[in-house]
Amino acid sequence: MSKFKKKNATTKQEVPTTAMPDIVFMLLIFFMVTTVLREVTLQVRVELTRAENIEKIEQKRLVSYIYIGPRIMGNNLFGETRVQIDDALIEDLGFIRRIMYDKLLEQPRLIVSLRVDRDSEMGMISDVQQELREAGTLQINYSTRRLQ
Amino acid sequence: MFGKKKGRRSAEIPSSSLADIAFLLLVFFLVVTTIDVDTGIGLVLPPPPDDTEPPPPIRERNLLKILVNSQGLVLINERPTAITDVRQRVADFVDNANRANDENLSVSPQTAIVSIKTDRQTPYDIYINMLDEVRGAYAELRDAASMAQFGMNYERYRNSVPSTSDDQIRQQYPMNVSLAEPDPGTQ
Repeated sequence: MSKFKKKNATTKQEVPTTAMPDIVFMLLIFFMVTTVLREVTLQVRVELTRAENIEKIEQKRLVSYIYIGPRIMGNNLFGETRVQIDDALIEDLGFIRRIMYDKLLEQPRLIVSLRVDRDSEMGMISDVQQELREAGTLQINYSTRRLQ
Repeated sequence: MFGKKKGRRSAEIPSSSLADIAFLLLVFFLVVTTIDVDTGIGLVLPPPPDDTEPPPPIRERNLLKILVNSQGLVLINERPTAITDVRQRVADFVDNANRANDENLSVSPQTAIVSIKTDRQTPYDIYINMLDEVRGAYAELRDAASMAQFGMNYERYRNSVPSTSDDQIRQQYPMNVSLAEPDPGTQ
Protein backbone atom coordinates (compact mmCIF):
# COMPACT_ATOMS: atom_id res chain seq x y z
CA MET A 1 0.00 0.00 0.00
CA SER A 2 2.69 2.37 -0.81
CA LYS A 3 1.88 5.94 -1.45
CA PHE A 4 4.35 6.23 -4.22
CA LYS A 5 2.95 4.56 -7.21
CA LYS A 6 5.23 3.84 -10.06
CA LYS A 7 4.79 6.39 -12.73
CA ASN A 8 3.67 4.94 -16.00
CA ALA A 9 5.36 6.35 -18.97
CA THR A 10 2.85 7.95 -21.27
CA THR A 11 4.74 7.33 -24.47
CA LYS A 12 6.12 4.11 -25.85
CA GLN A 13 9.87 3.96 -25.79
CA GLU A 14 10.41 1.30 -28.40
CA VAL A 15 11.48 1.90 -31.92
CA PRO A 16 9.32 -0.12 -34.26
CA THR A 17 11.49 -2.93 -35.56
CA THR A 18 9.09 -4.75 -37.78
CA ALA A 19 10.54 -3.19 -40.90
CA MET A 20 14.11 -4.00 -39.98
CA PRO A 21 14.31 -7.34 -41.81
CA ASP A 22 13.03 -5.63 -44.92
CA ILE A 23 15.76 -3.00 -44.75
CA VAL A 24 18.39 -5.59 -44.06
CA PHE A 25 17.20 -7.72 -46.96
CA MET A 26 17.33 -4.76 -49.26
CA LEU A 27 20.94 -4.05 -48.31
CA LEU A 28 21.71 -7.74 -48.56
CA ILE A 29 20.36 -7.96 -52.08
CA PHE A 30 22.34 -4.87 -53.08
CA PHE A 31 25.60 -6.35 -51.88
CA MET A 32 24.82 -9.75 -53.35
CA VAL A 33 24.31 -8.18 -56.73
CA THR A 34 27.43 -6.03 -56.64
CA THR A 35 29.76 -8.70 -55.27
CA VAL A 36 32.25 -10.29 -57.59
CA LEU A 37 33.40 -13.42 -55.87
CA ARG A 38 35.78 -14.74 -58.46
CA GLU A 39 39.24 -13.48 -57.62
CA VAL A 40 42.36 -15.04 -58.98
CA THR A 41 45.26 -16.08 -56.80
CA LEU A 42 48.26 -14.24 -58.08
CA GLN A 43 51.32 -16.28 -58.85
CA VAL A 44 53.29 -13.27 -60.03
CA ARG A 45 54.06 -10.07 -58.18
CA VAL A 46 52.11 -7.10 -59.50
CA GLU A 47 52.96 -3.76 -57.98
CA LEU A 48 51.24 -1.23 -60.19
CA THR A 49 52.81 2.02 -61.27
CA ARG A 50 51.17 5.34 -60.67
CA ALA A 51 50.04 7.86 -63.25
CA GLU A 52 48.09 11.08 -63.36
CA ASN A 53 46.00 11.10 -66.53
CA ILE A 54 44.07 7.89 -66.14
CA GLU A 55 40.55 6.83 -66.86
CA LYS A 56 38.13 4.49 -65.15
CA ILE A 57 36.74 1.41 -66.81
CA GLU A 58 33.14 1.37 -65.78
CA GLN A 59 32.07 -1.85 -67.43
CA LYS A 60 33.87 -4.42 -65.37
CA ARG A 61 32.29 -7.23 -67.34
CA LEU A 62 34.21 -6.29 -70.46
CA VAL A 63 37.59 -6.48 -68.79
CA SER A 64 39.92 -9.43 -68.88
CA TYR A 65 43.19 -9.26 -67.00
CA ILE A 66 46.68 -10.31 -67.91
CA TYR A 67 49.21 -10.25 -65.09
CA ILE A 68 52.87 -9.77 -65.87
CA GLY A 69 55.56 -9.77 -63.23
CA PRO A 70 58.26 -11.77 -61.47
CA ARG A 71 57.05 -15.16 -60.29
CA ILE A 72 56.47 -15.46 -56.56
CA MET A 73 58.69 -18.23 -55.17
CA GLY A 74 57.92 -17.68 -51.47
CA ASN A 75 60.15 -16.34 -48.70
CA ASN A 76 60.24 -12.98 -50.45
CA LEU A 77 62.01 -14.54 -53.38
CA PHE A 78 61.01 -13.80 -56.92
CA GLY A 79 61.78 -15.73 -60.06
CA GLU A 80 61.87 -14.61 -63.64
CA THR A 81 59.16 -12.54 -65.26
CA ARG A 82 56.12 -14.60 -66.19
CA VAL A 83 52.66 -14.02 -67.61
CA GLN A 84 49.53 -15.13 -65.81
CA ILE A 85 46.02 -15.26 -67.25
CA ASP A 86 43.16 -16.20 -64.92
CA ASP A 87 44.67 -18.80 -62.62
CA ALA A 88 47.39 -20.21 -64.81
CA LEU A 89 50.91 -19.20 -65.67
CA ILE A 90 51.48 -19.15 -69.39
CA GLU A 91 54.21 -21.57 -70.48
CA ASP A 92 54.42 -20.43 -74.07
CA LEU A 93 53.50 -16.89 -75.08
CA GLY A 94 51.95 -18.32 -78.25
CA PHE A 95 49.06 -19.66 -76.13
CA ILE A 96 47.93 -16.12 -75.37
CA ARG A 97 46.62 -15.80 -78.91
CA ARG A 98 44.25 -18.76 -78.54
CA ILE A 99 43.12 -17.83 -75.05
CA MET A 100 42.37 -14.23 -75.87
CA TYR A 101 40.72 -15.13 -79.17
CA ASP A 102 38.32 -17.43 -77.33
CA LYS A 103 37.58 -14.67 -74.86
CA LEU A 104 36.96 -12.25 -77.69
CA LEU A 105 34.38 -14.59 -79.21
CA GLU A 106 32.52 -14.62 -75.90
CA GLN A 107 32.77 -10.87 -75.40
CA PRO A 108 33.22 -8.92 -78.66
CA ARG A 109 33.87 -5.65 -76.81
CA LEU A 110 36.64 -7.12 -74.72
CA ILE A 111 39.13 -4.81 -73.05
CA VAL A 112 42.37 -6.44 -72.01
CA SER A 113 43.82 -4.87 -68.91
CA LEU A 114 47.54 -5.41 -68.49
CA ARG A 115 48.48 -5.45 -64.84
CA VAL A 116 52.22 -5.18 -65.03
CA ASP A 117 54.74 -5.04 -62.22
CA ARG A 118 56.59 -1.76 -62.15
CA ASP A 119 60.03 -3.32 -62.40
CA SER A 120 59.27 -5.14 -65.64
CA GLU A 121 60.93 -4.52 -68.96
CA MET A 122 59.10 -3.70 -72.14
CA GLY A 123 60.33 -6.79 -74.02
CA MET A 124 57.82 -9.13 -72.41
CA ILE A 125 55.04 -6.56 -72.72
CA SER A 126 55.59 -5.99 -76.40
CA ASP A 127 55.63 -9.77 -76.95
CA VAL A 128 52.27 -9.98 -75.21
CA GLN A 129 50.99 -7.05 -77.25
CA GLN A 130 52.03 -8.77 -80.47
CA GLU A 131 50.02 -11.81 -79.42
CA LEU A 132 47.03 -9.63 -78.59
CA ARG A 133 47.20 -8.03 -82.00
CA GLU A 134 47.17 -11.45 -83.63
CA ALA A 135 44.21 -12.45 -81.49
CA GLY A 136 42.36 -9.30 -82.52
CA THR A 137 41.90 -7.95 -78.99
CA LEU A 138 43.04 -4.44 -79.77
CA GLN A 139 41.47 -2.56 -76.88
CA ILE A 140 44.01 -2.62 -74.08
CA ASN A 141 44.54 -0.81 -70.85
CA TYR A 142 47.68 -0.39 -68.77
CA SER A 143 46.42 -0.68 -65.25
CA THR A 144 47.81 2.07 -63.03
CA ARG A 145 46.90 3.67 -59.75
CA ARG A 146 46.14 7.33 -59.32
CA LEU A 147 49.07 9.49 -58.43
CA GLN A 148 48.74 10.88 -54.94
CA MET B 1 -18.22 -24.76 -23.86
CA PHE B 2 -17.25 -23.79 -27.34
CA GLY B 3 -13.71 -23.03 -26.42
CA LYS B 4 -10.96 -23.34 -28.93
CA LYS B 5 -9.39 -26.69 -29.31
CA LYS B 6 -6.33 -26.99 -27.26
CA GLY B 7 -3.14 -28.56 -28.45
CA ARG B 8 -3.41 -27.20 -31.94
CA ARG B 9 0.01 -26.16 -33.17
CA SER B 10 0.37 -22.66 -34.46
CA ALA B 11 0.83 -22.70 -38.21
CA GLU B 12 3.31 -19.85 -38.36
CA ILE B 13 7.01 -20.28 -38.89
CA PRO B 14 8.89 -18.44 -36.19
CA SER B 15 10.25 -15.39 -37.91
CA SER B 16 11.98 -13.63 -35.06
CA SER B 17 15.38 -14.93 -36.14
CA LEU B 18 14.88 -13.89 -39.73
CA ALA B 19 16.57 -10.57 -39.09
CA ASP B 20 19.56 -12.33 -37.54
CA ILE B 21 19.99 -14.57 -40.55
CA ALA B 22 19.69 -11.63 -42.90
CA PHE B 23 22.25 -9.70 -40.89
CA LEU B 24 24.66 -12.58 -41.01
CA LEU B 25 24.41 -12.80 -44.78
CA LEU B 26 24.65 -9.03 -45.05
CA VAL B 27 27.86 -8.93 -43.05
CA PHE B 28 29.32 -11.71 -45.17
CA PHE B 29 28.65 -9.87 -48.42
CA LEU B 30 29.82 -6.58 -46.93
CA VAL B 31 33.16 -8.11 -46.11
CA VAL B 32 33.53 -9.91 -49.42
CA THR B 33 32.53 -7.04 -51.69
CA THR B 34 35.21 -4.98 -53.36
CA ILE B 35 33.85 -2.01 -55.23
CA ASP B 36 37.09 -0.83 -56.75
CA VAL B 37 37.00 0.10 -60.40
CA ASP B 38 39.99 -0.58 -62.54
CA THR B 39 41.83 2.57 -63.56
CA GLY B 40 44.50 2.90 -66.15
CA ILE B 41 45.72 4.18 -69.47
CA GLY B 42 43.63 2.97 -72.37
CA LEU B 43 45.16 2.35 -75.76
CA VAL B 44 44.17 0.74 -79.03
CA LEU B 45 46.71 -1.58 -80.55
CA PRO B 46 47.27 -1.41 -84.30
CA PRO B 47 45.82 -4.37 -86.20
CA PRO B 48 48.33 -7.08 -87.14
CA PRO B 49 50.60 -6.11 -90.02
CA ASP B 50 49.24 -6.97 -93.41
CA ASP B 51 51.80 -8.00 -96.01
CA THR B 52 49.54 -7.43 -98.99
CA GLU B 53 48.64 -3.89 -98.10
CA PRO B 54 51.37 -1.38 -97.31
CA PRO B 55 50.64 1.13 -94.54
CA PRO B 56 49.20 4.45 -95.70
CA PRO B 57 51.81 7.11 -96.36
CA ILE B 58 52.22 9.68 -93.59
CA ARG B 59 53.96 12.96 -94.09
CA GLU B 60 57.09 13.28 -92.04
CA ARG B 61 55.99 16.49 -90.35
CA ASN B 62 52.79 14.89 -89.04
CA LEU B 63 54.69 12.26 -87.14
CA LEU B 64 56.25 12.79 -83.73
CA LYS B 65 58.53 9.87 -82.97
CA ILE B 66 59.09 9.13 -79.33
CA LEU B 67 61.58 6.44 -78.47
CA VAL B 68 62.22 5.23 -74.96
CA ASN B 69 65.52 3.40 -75.14
CA SER B 70 66.98 0.64 -73.02
CA GLN B 71 68.56 3.09 -70.58
CA GLY B 72 65.20 4.71 -69.99
CA LEU B 73 66.11 7.81 -71.97
CA VAL B 74 63.33 9.52 -73.86
CA LEU B 75 64.24 10.57 -77.39
CA ILE B 76 61.91 12.75 -79.42
CA ASN B 77 62.80 12.69 -83.11
CA GLU B 78 66.16 11.17 -82.15
CA ARG B 79 67.02 13.98 -79.72
CA PRO B 80 67.23 13.23 -75.97
CA THR B 81 64.48 14.98 -74.04
CA ALA B 82 63.76 15.20 -70.34
CA ILE B 83 60.56 13.40 -69.39
CA THR B 84 59.22 16.61 -67.87
CA ASP B 85 59.52 18.33 -71.28
CA VAL B 86 57.54 15.67 -73.13
CA ARG B 87 54.22 17.30 -72.34
CA GLN B 88 55.26 20.65 -73.75
CA ARG B 89 56.80 19.10 -76.85
CA VAL B 90 53.69 17.05 -77.60
CA ALA B 91 51.41 20.03 -77.02
CA ASP B 92 53.51 22.21 -79.34
CA PHE B 93 53.53 19.48 -81.96
CA VAL B 94 49.80 18.69 -81.90
CA ASP B 95 48.56 22.25 -81.60
CA ASN B 96 51.10 23.61 -84.09
CA ALA B 97 48.39 25.05 -86.38
CA ASN B 98 47.21 27.36 -83.58
CA ARG B 99 50.63 28.19 -82.20
CA ALA B 100 54.00 28.67 -83.85
CA ASN B 101 52.92 27.25 -87.23
CA ASP B 102 56.32 25.66 -87.57
CA GLU B 103 56.57 23.88 -90.90
CA ASN B 104 58.41 20.95 -89.33
CA LEU B 105 55.54 20.23 -86.97
CA SER B 106 52.05 18.89 -87.64
CA VAL B 107 49.67 20.39 -90.20
CA SER B 108 46.64 20.14 -87.91
CA PRO B 109 45.72 18.36 -84.66
CA GLN B 110 43.60 15.91 -86.68
CA THR B 111 46.54 14.72 -88.74
CA ALA B 112 49.11 14.69 -85.93
CA ILE B 113 50.27 11.24 -84.94
CA VAL B 114 52.40 10.44 -81.94
CA SER B 115 54.39 7.30 -82.58
CA ILE B 116 55.83 5.47 -79.61
CA LYS B 117 58.64 2.98 -79.75
CA THR B 118 60.41 1.04 -77.04
CA ASP B 119 63.35 -1.29 -76.72
CA ARG B 120 63.19 -4.69 -75.11
CA GLN B 121 65.07 -3.45 -72.06
CA THR B 122 63.05 -0.28 -71.60
CA PRO B 123 61.85 -0.01 -67.98
CA TYR B 124 58.06 -0.27 -67.85
CA ASP B 125 57.55 2.55 -65.36
CA ILE B 126 59.38 5.07 -67.53
CA TYR B 127 57.26 3.99 -70.49
CA ILE B 128 54.12 4.59 -68.44
CA ASN B 129 55.39 7.96 -67.22
CA MET B 130 56.02 8.99 -70.82
CA LEU B 131 52.57 7.79 -71.89
CA ASP B 132 51.11 9.71 -68.97
CA GLU B 133 52.83 12.90 -70.15
CA VAL B 134 51.52 12.43 -73.69
CA ARG B 135 48.00 11.98 -72.36
CA GLY B 136 48.56 14.99 -70.12
CA ALA B 137 49.36 17.12 -73.15
CA TYR B 138 46.13 16.05 -74.86
CA ALA B 139 44.16 16.60 -71.67
CA GLU B 140 45.50 20.16 -71.41
CA LEU B 141 44.70 20.92 -75.04
CA ARG B 142 41.19 19.53 -74.72
CA ASP B 143 40.60 21.39 -71.47
CA ALA B 144 41.72 24.68 -73.01
CA ALA B 145 39.56 24.20 -76.12
CA SER B 146 36.56 23.22 -74.04
CA MET B 147 36.98 26.26 -71.78
CA ALA B 148 37.23 28.58 -74.77
CA GLN B 149 34.26 27.15 -76.65
CA PHE B 150 31.87 25.93 -73.98
CA GLY B 151 33.06 27.62 -70.79
CA MET B 152 33.55 24.40 -68.87
CA ASN B 153 36.37 21.95 -68.44
CA TYR B 154 36.57 18.96 -70.74
CA GLU B 155 35.35 16.40 -68.26
CA ARG B 156 32.12 18.29 -67.65
CA TYR B 157 31.67 18.86 -71.37
CA ARG B 158 32.23 15.18 -72.14
CA ASN B 159 29.62 14.20 -69.58
CA SER B 160 27.14 16.65 -71.08
CA VAL B 161 27.23 15.23 -74.62
CA PRO B 162 25.12 12.12 -75.26
CA SER B 163 27.74 10.06 -77.06
CA THR B 164 31.39 10.22 -78.01
CA SER B 165 30.49 10.83 -81.66
CA ASP B 166 28.95 14.16 -80.59
CA ASP B 167 32.08 15.15 -78.72
CA GLN B 168 33.37 18.10 -80.74
CA ILE B 169 36.48 18.58 -78.64
CA ARG B 170 37.45 14.98 -79.15
CA GLN B 171 37.06 15.42 -82.90
CA GLN B 172 39.14 18.55 -82.71
CA TYR B 173 41.94 16.85 -80.79
CA PRO B 174 41.77 13.14 -81.56
CA MET B 175 44.39 11.23 -79.65
CA ASN B 176 46.34 9.50 -82.40
CA VAL B 177 48.87 7.52 -80.46
CA SER B 178 50.34 4.60 -82.33
CA LEU B 179 52.70 1.95 -81.11
CA ALA B 180 55.49 1.34 -83.58
CA GLU B 181 56.35 -2.16 -84.73
CA PRO B 182 58.97 -3.61 -82.40
CA ASP B 183 62.29 -4.42 -84.02
CA PRO B 184 62.56 -8.12 -84.74
CA GLY B 185 65.44 -9.99 -83.24
CA THR B 186 66.83 -7.40 -80.84
CA GLN B 187 66.86 -9.65 -77.83
